[in-house]
Amino acid sequence: MANMLANIFGSSPVQPLEKHIGIAFSCAKQLRGFFAAAVAGDWDKAASVRDEIERLEHEADDLKKEIRLRLPKSLFMPVPREDLLELVLVQDKIANRTKDVSGIVLGRKMQIPAEIADQFIDFVDRNIDAAKQARKSVRELDELFTAGFRGAEVELVTALIEELDLIETDTDEKQASLRAALFEIEDTLNPVDAVFMYKVIELTGEIADMAERVGRRLELLLSH
Amino acid sequence: MEAEIVYIILAALFGLFMAWGIGANDVANAMATSVGSKALTIKQAIVVAAVFEFLGAVLAGGAVTDTVRKGIVDANLLADTPELLVYGMLAALLAAGTWLFIASKNGWPVSTTHSIVGAIVGFAAVGIGVDAVKWSKVGTIVMSWVASPLTAGFIAYLIYQSVQRLILRQDDPLEKAKRYVPVYMFFAAFTITLVTILKGLSHVGLDLSLREAYAYAIVIALAIAVLGAVVIRRIKPDKKAEKHAHFYTVERVFGVLMVITACGMAFAHGSNDVANAIGPLAAVISVAQTGVITSKAGLPFWVLMLGGAGIVIGLATYGRHVIATVGKKITQLTPSRGFAAELAAATTIVIASGTGMPISTTHTLVGAVLGVGIARGIEAIDLRVVARIFVSWVVTIPAGAFLAIVFFYIFKTILP
Repeated sequence: MANMLANIFGSSPVQPLEKHIGIAFSCAKQLRGFFAAAVAGDWDKAASVRDEIERLEHEADDLKKEIRLRLPKSLFMPVPREDLLELVLVQDKIANRTKDVSGIVLGRKMQIPAEIADQFIDFVDRNIDAAKQARKSVRELDELFTAGFRGAEVELVTALIEELDLIETDTDEKQASLRAALFEIEDTLNPVDAVFMYKVIELTGEIADMAERVGRRLELLLSH
Repeated sequence: MEAEIVYIILAALFGLFMAWGIGANDVANAMATSVGSKALTIKQAIVVAAVFEFLGAVLAGGAVTDTVRKGIVDANLLADTPELLVYGMLAALLAAGTWLFIASKNGWPVSTTHSIVGAIVGFAAVGIGVDAVKWSKVGTIVMSWVASPLTAGFIAYLIYQSVQRLILRQDDPLEKAKRYVPVYMFFAAFTITLVTILKGLSHVGLDLSLREAYAYAIVIALAIAVLGAVVIRRIKPDKKAEKHAHFYTVERVFGVLMVITACGMAFAHGSNDVANAIGPLAAVISVAQTGVITSKAGLPFWVLMLGGAGIVIGLATYGRHVIATVGKKITQLTPSRGFAAELAAATTIVIASGTGMPISTTHTLVGAVLGVGIARGIEAIDLRVVARIFVSWVVTIPAGAFLAIVFFYIFKTILP
């Protein structure tokens, strides 16, 4: 018997979206172990972490596609479907950037210059913090839907997003001083390595940028 | 005399089969929300459904049964040929049952009520004559099919809006829930009790004055609200679960409320849908027993009991599986949302039962869920399916009618 009541519910995008940001964060988090291995020159270890990053990036990608497929135009939702599709897109980019940056470093077996290694690791950590804060914010989605995007829950999420913005600003500052430190020593490096080091810093910083954009997307949902 | 007994046995069998089908399939809609949200276990849900479907059918099912039995066909035209009404009602039961069977095999969303009304109109208009149908009454019924989902949707919208404003959007939703949920319980119990007393009980021979009716309704509703408040007070916040879902404990409070609205929904469903099975049966019995068509003949109490029992058997044999399946699929209907939909639907249905309108309980519930959705309460509703459901009755009426006409002529040929 086709049950009428059961079938009117489309599949809710909320749990999958929360799961997706969880995977994206897990992926970004791998960078800690990855760069620790890279700094130590342990490329076997780095390669195995990189495998894990690739696996998680694939997982996030698959879930992203699934979320898109499960959001047909005929759904009636409290927030525009486009905004949710955009949200999953930027969430996914956190994992993409993680994959990109680890790919370059492993592919070239890049040595992080010892002079800036600590500072670089600190910068990576802060970017991971941003992804974590993005996860924390997105995990409020189900509560937002329950409260109908109004009231105390909105204030809570707004505060989470503000915190996310602060973390992102912090990564920007760390990125600037890291580049300054790299500039100081760039003459001592192989020119090609130096260019790629700048590239690695830039790509890593984009993880926090994407996390911040997740916050912007959530804010858009709040304003409906 | 023997022919009459054959008629009654046939009608009782067909009627029991319809009641079984209603219990097997439709009851799930009333109970699945409570099971899906874990407010009730499957076993508890079946007990609740059995008790309240039966009570609804027996206590408040009389008015709609009267409508199906003698409100659609003009019996005066059949004074000389009462057997035509017997063939017709048997045909209508068999047609509706067959159509529901075909539809469920193919996964079409059709309504029991629409099938049986279409079937009765069909045999009467074609088998007897266009004048044999009380068209104004049929018009009113069709209008109630449009009005009932709209009404339920509007009430559900208002209820869920109030839940959001009073509880879910507050800084301390748990405290607010504990304060306001007993008030919702009071209203749920009050509405359903009042309509039952005012409109239903006269069929079982209890006549109360308006003042008495209100007094009883208030006392019963207060008792239920107090009982609910006591149960709610015992609910302690689960800090661990709330870390992941802030509304975890709040929803548990609503879960208690949902037990009450589930009872109301089962009661309402029984009061309206039992008529689909036993209305035609009652018509056959009154003709067979007296040999003539009297619109004054009362509704035999055992017929209501048979209908109620049929629903409970359907529920126990097959409905339990449907409840479990549906419960898993409607997890979006959390207790705070589910109760709003159920309360709105139950209220609308009970009022319809009181006024003798055979409406589709499922359409009404779908309307109520949409109302919660419009209040931004539900993550995703598939509008294609909603459209399909509401369009389906356009097909169901001619289909039920066509089958009833075929069966009518078969019965006319083969039955004594």
